[in-house]
Amino acid sequence: MAVKNIEPKVRVPGTVKKGEPFEIKCVVTHIMETGQRPNKETGGRFPRDILNKLIVTYGGKTVLHADWHPGVSSNPYTSFFVVATASGPMEFTWTDDKGETHKKSVNVNVAG
Amino acid sequence: MHRDQLARREFLALAGAGVALMTLSPFAAEATPASVLQAIEKAIGAKAFKEGKIALELPQIAENGSVVPLGVTVESPMTEKDFVKSVHLYADGNPLPEIADYHFGPHNGKAEFSLRIRLAKSQKIVAVAQLSNGDVYIARREVKVTIGGCGG
Repeated sequence: MAVKNIEPKVRVPGTVKKGEPFEIKCVVTHIMETGQRPNKETGGRFPRDILNKLIVTYGGKTVLHADWHPGVSSNPYTSFFVVATASGPMEFTWTDDKGETHKKSVNVNVAG
Repeated sequence: MHRDQLARREFLALAGAGVALMTLSPFAAEATPASVLQAIEKAIGAKAFKEGKIALELPQIAENGSVVPLGVTVESPMTEKDFVKSVHLYADGNPLPEIADYHFGPHNGKAEFSLRIRLAKSQKIVAVAQLSNGDVYIARREVKVTIGGCGG
C-alpha cells in the first residue's frame, strides 16, 4: 500500500517580476501516519511516520521553513509567497521522521 | 472567492494517489484549549495576545476531517523593519494540539500560506502570528466536522 518514489510536484508562475512576491504551490505524496491509528493485526498502533519539515531555498537563502505535526493531512499540500530576486533554482527538501528526504528543484524565471 | 481558490488548487488533486491513504482511524482526542495555550507558550513563549491582523480561512463545515483546506493571511508590510516572523497553527480537539509552524521573513513579501489539515472532530482552530516587533496576534475559528478526521 505504500506509495513510494512519486516525485513531489511544485508549481511556480512561468515568469515572475523582479521585486514582486509570487505564489509557490507544492505537494508531495506521503502517508503522514499519525501514530494514532490502531493496527488490528498487532493490537498496537501504526508507528508515527510523517514529513516533519519542509525547507525551501532560493537565491542562496532559506525562504520558507515549515514544521509539520501529525495534524497535517496525508499527501501534504502547501502554498506560500516569495519575492522574486533573480532567475535561478528553488530547492525543496521535505524531511521525514527517519531523516530521509524528498527533494525537488524548479527553475524560477525572473523578468525585468 | 472561495470557489476561485478551489479552482486554483485543483491541479494539486494529485491523481488520487492518496485515496488509499485517507482511511485514517479514530484517534483519541486529547488536546484542550488549555493545552493549546501551553503549546503556544512552549513554542514562542507568549502568554499575552492581541486580536486582529490574522485572517484565518477555513470551511464552516468540513465534510471530511482528514483533508480540511486552511488559509492564513497576516496583515503586514513584510519589510526589513516590520514583518511576520512566524505563524503557528493549533487545534484544540485533536490528539495533539500542534498542527504546523511556518517561519517567514521580509523575503516572503506576503505573510500568507495555505495547507490542508486533519481534524478529529468539530473544534476550534487557533492561529498565532509572531511579529518582528515582538507583538503576538491570535485568531480562532470554529470548524464543524461531519466525518471525523480519522474515519471514526
